[in-house]
Amino acid sequence: MLTFDQFADIFDRIRKLSSADEVEVLFTGGRFALTRFANNVIHQNVAEENHVVSVRTAFGTKTARATTNKFDDESLRQVVKSSENLAKVQHPDPDLLPVPNPAEASGPADAQSTSRYFEQTAAITPELRAEGVRKIVGVADRHKLTTAGVFSSGELFEGVFNSSGLSKWHTQTSAEVSITMLSADSSGWQKANSPDINNLDPLRLAEVAAQKAVDTAHPREIPAGKYTLIFEPAAVLDIVGFMFWDYSGMAILDQRSFLTGRIGTRLFGDNITIWDDVAHPLQAGVPFDGEGVHRQKVCLVKNGVVDRVVYARATADRMKRSEYKDSVGPIAATGHGFSLPNEMGEMPVNIVFAPVNNPQSIEQMIASTERGVLVTRLWYIREVEPFEKMLTGMTRDGTFLIENGRVQGGIRNFRFNESLVHMLSNVEAMSTPVRSCGEESFDMVVPAMKVKDFNFTEVTKF
Amino acid sequence: MKHVANWALSTAAVRGASYADVRVIAQRSRALSTKNGKVGNASDAESVGMNVRVIADGAWGFAASAELGRGAVEATAAQAVEIARASARVKREDIRLAAEKPAIAEWTTPHKIDPFGVSVEQNIDLLLKIDAELRAVAGITLAETNLNFNREVQWFISSEGANIHQTKITTGAGYAAYAFANNEIQKRSYPNSFGGQWQNKGYELIEELKLLENARRIAEEAVALHKADQCPEGKFDIILDSSQLGLQIHESVGHPIELDRVLGMEANFAGTSFLTLDKLRTLRYGSDLVNVVADARQEHGPGLGTFAYDDEGVAAQCTSIITNGLFTGYLSSRETAHMVGLDRSGGTLRAESWNRLPMIRMTNVSILPGEKPLTLEQLIASTDHAILMQTNRSWSIDDKRYNFQFGTEIGWEIKNGKRTRMLKNPSYSGITTEFWNSLDAICSRDEWTLWGTPNCGKGQPQQVMGTGHGASPARFRGVKVGSAFRGS
Repeated sequence: MLTFDQFADIFDRIRKLSSADEVEVLFTGGRFALTRFANNVIHQNVAEENHVVSVRTAFGTKTARATTNKFDDESLRQVVKSSENLAKVQHPDPDLLPVPNPAEASGPADAQSTSRYFEQTAAITPELRAEGVRKIVGVADRHKLTTAGVFSSGELFEGVFNSSGLSKWHTQTSAEVSITMLSADSSGWQKANSPDINNLDPLRLAEVAAQKAVDTAHPREIPAGKYTLIFEPAAVLDIVGFMFWDYSGMAILDQRSFLTGRIGTRLFGDNITIWDDVAHPLQAGVPFDGEGVHRQKVCLVKNGVVDRVVYARATADRMKRSEYKDSVGPIAATGHGFSLPNEMGEMPVNIVFAPVNNPQSIEQMIASTERGVLVTRLWYIREVEPFEKMLTGMTRDGTFLIENGRVQGGIRNFRFNESLVHMLSNVEAMSTPVRSCGEESFDMVVPAMKVKDFNFTEVTKF
Repeated sequence: MKHVANWALSTAAVRGASYADVRVIAQRSRALSTKNGKVGNASDAESVGMNVRVIADGAWGFAASAELGRGAVEATAAQAVEIARASARVKREDIRLAAEKPAIAEWTTPHKIDPFGVSVEQNIDLLLKIDAELRAVAGITLAETNLNFNREVQWFISSEGANIHQTKITTGAGYAAYAFANNEIQKRSYPNSFGGQWQNKGYELIEELKLLENARRIAEEAVALHKADQCPEGKFDIILDSSQLGLQIHESVGHPIELDRVLGMEANFAGTSFLTLDKLRTLRYGSDLVNVVADARQEHGPGLGTFAYDDEGVAAQCTSIITNGLFTGYLSSRETAHMVGLDRSGGTLRAESWNRLPMIRMTNVSILPGEKPLTLEQLIASTDHAILMQTNRSWSIDDKRYNFQFGTEIGWEIKNGKRTRMLKNPSYSGITTEFWNSLDAICSRDEWTLWGTPNCGKGQPQQVMGTGHGASPARFRGVKVGSAFRGS
């Protein structure tokens, strides 16, 4: 993998090749490998290495970007030329700001710098992953189940350099295990990831997934309707993830956010407090945005009240001049912008739900439920109505009936149609938030939740 | 690029691979978009790399690198063999590939105008004209437009002697108009939602789409939806327009017929399929009028699933998927063909890029048009009471591909053969085979369009692929409508 010094040299070469007023370069890439298994065998096994340089040039307020993964002199000359040729024919963008300088982009002096690079994770080999899979298959065989899943590892980097002297760099390792266990008529699932492989326990995940498959065998069908639901954290993550595109200043300006006219109002239950906090110990990711600006910790929702949204630099500028400026709370660049040019502005991507004073475990939530459904994960979630954030999707891989405070066995999966506003206004209990990952949204720190009156509209055939 | 491939193939052979193939790929893309009178995205990207796919000790290994120097290529091939040997630690039987005569061929997407040869100024000028036309309609609060061009040059060389050089060109364009009022957001898109229409074609597609000519109507409809009645709930006959039917095919036919999914290979992510092997040639998938093919050949049209050879060197073919309602075929690969008694792969293996493993992907999975002449207007005229639904807005289906729910941007109630009131927030749901068996009329060839879905997601690590879906408008009887809003 190329180093910071090597990329700094590449940036210098690019800068010398450019006649633009300003130059900004993004570097991304790394090494990644994934061992995939199904039907109790490894059926796909891949590895890749790539380094990408993305060059943005600006002539006054005309800007454009060109990208390549070649670093020889001719390729760098070509990518600069592509960016400049594209930039010169753009229309001027009155909202484009000069690239940030190091002072503007830096965080507070006491900002935490958490290393998320672990040598042991970077050193994981195909043989180690295969051995991990072999043990997972052993769990499946013992329970007479079929297993499918992935075991992946990688080391990634991201950097931003610009002609105002800014240079930001981040490296991170990642390891992930996702396991599905299947019987003839049931399934269970677990998934976890971390920058540090030592935080993962694949065998425990395999046992939990296997037990879910065993316990949901021969599922009954119960009618669609409104139920009290207990969502495991991954299920919470998958559904709430659909609202975070809207916590964006640009989304408010474009009038496509469900928070339009609602900032400062109580939209959810008073037990809901949500932060964006890349430095949280259970979070991971790049501590700066697409322009290299430090990602700040931002309170998005406080005790159910929508507190504020996040801003890229230019969006903040525009918002201060807009008709909404007095109704959107604090307006300032928060370090959440996408790389320029883009039309979406910014979004929070390091979500942390605040713990409640009286957390309950999932077992406690089950024990307090007269009749309800325990959901392991959700699937194929899509937005049906944007302003009430009505979403549809399915339950999957471990859906249980709860009666009289006990799990009674598996049930056929449901389709839901429910508003996120309604859901988060009806949370009766939450667990301590944990780092969680799913498939429908990005990783978050979220609790399990007990929600009343959740709307299942249809049942499927399994 | 043969020398690059030979370095890799030699290394793989020396290290004990029984099979190896190499893909060297150079991709270029251009993305332009506008939003509310300003250019939103203006970018040019290129990506070059190679990968080696091997079978060693009876198991698969795959490695990819952006470096094309000899040392890097040989190291990548060695890595692929190492990975294959690791795979072999957890296997039950050796990989078996269906035979395929190695091809030596060159092919380029037929096109009239190279999209990269059209000036960016011309592109942006068109997008801004469309934007202006959309925003000239009072009530439009957000207008978005996009133009996208891709060119992929691929060399495929295998240890069996295949040597195939293909160049694929893709063009895509579309726009959306949003109207926000009274805490409600309505949207209309053209020619299709979520990025527009995409085909493997040159810039001539842009001229065919009549983008500017339709902008005002689309914007007016977005605003008018605020005054429209909510789509009623209940059981109705519905007519789906061509683009919505294309997506219906994608989700409820195209995905369940992927043989790797059927065989459990996607269980952890995208799911499995209700089309277990016993259903081949026994399941009544749809009514007698339902005929679906998976056709990658040029004669099917310039779809996103059109090519000369797939990414393991198998020639493009046409497979009958549903024949007069009977389920008759899967999408297969060299590895999976024998599992359904086929001597040859159906030629559907494709990968997004040089750094992704090829997988079974839909090609052009299309419903054939009705044989009897029937226009959309004639179909409407022959319908007593139904809801006509147009342009997808939301889509969701379970992980075996049974229960689905779709929402469209706009609907119209049809009464006594005439289109009457506009309806907002239409949605419908059902079970796949029950739905397809309720099809009782489909328009003919003149109403058939080959739509492109540019971003079908599958696999781990995930990758996207363009797929084509041809469809004419069709009528379905007794469908559950509006349950998305039941109880809300």
